[in-house]
Amino acid sequence: MPLSAQPPASGEPYVLAASLDNARHLSSLLRAVHFRDHATCFATANGIRVTVEDAKCIQANAFIQAEIFQEFAVQEESVTFRINLSVLIDCLTIFGTSSLPGTSTALRMCYRGYGYPLMLFLEEGGVVTVCKINTQEPDELLDFDFCSTKVVNKIILQSEGLREAFAELDMTSEVLQITMSPDKPYFRLSTFGNAGSAHLDYPRDSDLMEAFHCNQTQTNRYKISLLKPSTKALALSCKVSIRTDAQGFLSLQYMIRNEDGQICFVEYYCCPDEDITEAEL
Amino acid sequence: LSRIGDELYLEPTESGLSLRTVNSSRSAFASFLFAPLFFQLYEAGGPQPGRELLRCKVVMKSFLGVFRSLPSLEKTVWKCLILLKPRASRLVVQLHCKYGVTKTHNLAFQECEQLQAVFDTQRCASSLCAPARVLAEAVVHFPQTLAEVTLGAGPGGKISLRNYVEDEAGEPGRAGTMVTELWLAEDEFQTVAVTPGSRITFCLKEFRVSPARVPSSSLGSPLSPSQPPRCPQGLLTFAEASNLPLTIHYDMPGRPVVFTLDDAVLEVHLVLATLSDPESGLQPPTANGAAHLPTPSDDFADDLESYMIAMETSAYEEGSGVPPSPTFPLHTPCPAESDPEEEEEEEEEEEEGAVPGTPPHKKVLDGHGRCLGVGGQAQPPPDPHLSPQFRSLFFGSVLTPGTPGPAPTQEVLAEDSDGEY
Repeated sequence: MPLSAQPPASGEPYVLAASLDNARHLSSLLRAVHFRDHATCFATANGIRVTVEDAKCIQANAFIQAEIFQEFAVQEESVTFRINLSVLIDCLTIFGTSSLPGTSTALRMCYRGYGYPLMLFLEEGGVVTVCKINTQEPDELLDFDFCSTKVVNKIILQSEGLREAFAELDMTSEVLQITMSPDKPYFRLSTFGNAGSAHLDYPRDSDLMEAFHCNQTQTNRYKISLLKPSTKALALSCKVSIRTDAQGFLSLQYMIRNEDGQICFVEYYCCPDEDITEAEL
Repeated sequence: LSRIGDELYLEPTESGLSLRTVNSSRSAFASFLFAPLFFQLYEAGGPQPGRELLRCKVVMKSFLGVFRSLPSLEKTVWKCLILLKPRASRLVVQLHCKYGVTKTHNLAFQECEQLQAVFDTQRCASSLCAPARVLAEAVVHFPQTLAEVTLGAGPGGKISLRNYVEDEAGEPGRAGTMVTELWLAEDEFQTVAVTPGSRITFCLKEFRVSPARVPSSSLGSPLSPSQPPRCPQGLLTFAEASNLPLTIHYDMPGRPVVFTLDDAVLEVHLVLATLSDPESGLQPPTANGAAHLPTPSDDFADDLESYMIAMETSAYEEGSGVPPSPTFPLHTPCPAESDPEEEEEEEEEEEEGAVPGTPPHKKVLDGHGRCLGVGGQAQPPPDPHLSPQFRSLFFGSVLTPGTPGPAPTQEVLAEDSDGEY
């Protein structure tokens, strides 16, 4: 049951007001990009985008479109603030994380604007919690400038095939090497760890391949520690699209279906690793 | 295998692929031999016949890393290919999975010598065969922290399992130590061919199913000086899962106990060192009467005699015509035997290549300072803290092809000059 709108104390309208019947729809997506403590929230009439970055090399975005919310109102063109993502997730899951069928936490989120804290009203089973989380100046975000015209290779895979592979990646390897090619090995994930090298090959005609558009053979290496958090997004998703551009930048887009069948997206962008050392094949 | 050792030795042979390991104190050895039939394709030595078969060892963890998730393996992998590429120094394990996905692991390996434990099940005086379930259920009764257990053949054909408690010299037993003793009737076993009164003590850790970490043994056993003890999901779990009967071959205390599982396509051996202990009962009465026979009421003197007779006449259930093992120094009651015994020890050492790092294989008769039967001959004084020691198994470059067999040196050892057993 959505909470009724709380009247603002001073009568000023909220620049952002949203209601959500099931806070899990939000918290699970936020978890999928939670690899640093802080995130930048960017809200427009279309929805909210939460961005997390690390090392100036990797950026993750979670998109929660307006349609997911029961109520969603943004008064200005756009509303941006930086917030502690760990705290936000903890508050959203304050009633616990176990998902019992039938019980869900209702959420009302309000933000008065620059300088004000983000207010969360959470209710489950008649118990209400009010959280106020301080907001900060938004950071400058990286722009990977990744648009579809620049894409060289693109693959869409069913997540099921990659989940285990990502979970079992040899973490003693510093890099994850991704090879995409119109010829063999088509799509290959490689690691070079203490035990030796490991290669995971996906053929283009595999049942897992939903789309295979590779024009050029490209091999790029990415720091595995940066990509490992994407495993969370992969675990939630049903499909993933893997794209690289001419400079070797990687775009991973995950299509996530929530409990109510609604679709959301999470994407990861990653720079290729500059240290190119002799590949051990 | 990973519960025992850190390195996995792979040896392709004509009779199959052998995977072996040994623990760091060389007191436990295990091998799994997969017959060629187990595989869809088995090519040892490459397409050219006559090429030398390559042995290699890989770090156990790396190898296990390939097969990390067992349940998903069963569901997704339909073929596994193992290739040894000597020129690239890589062991290639390739898993062909669902959806056409191929996982290729290139593992670094080291060439190595053959790892072979010296033992011969034919020579073991006693053997027992039971479904693994029987033993697993028996072992469950012993506390998780138990290190050593004594298996014995008791009166009426019953088999006993008792946890081993070291007796402090002169004390009746440590106060407060719980002793568990379990008797199994003969009919629980499929075959029983034991020497009455025989018993051996071995380390339970490598054998049983137990996730607990055993604290460093206070028995001073050289098995666990500072290494973290291996705790098993050992052979017993495997045996239960594969539904194969487990056969136990043993002989005298001090000689290794061999557990085997046999199948059409798989042969498994686990060889554990046993405690060579004057307390074990098979101690011949000695001139100075210092023999310390244990209190259980089995009539050891009689049993001993019958055992000796059995040995002499080679009335083994298993092999026949096998000469009594002369390596067993306890058979030499005369004080004068100390020298030949020493020679035996030394010969064993030299011939079989004492492996560095093995616990000192002092004479059996040390430990309690009772040099039985050797009448106080000059011997290196035993370390009083290393009382009853596990006799380590001797590994060396024994070039027996693939099959476990006695080292030829076993027969060369000096026998009791009086020929009296």
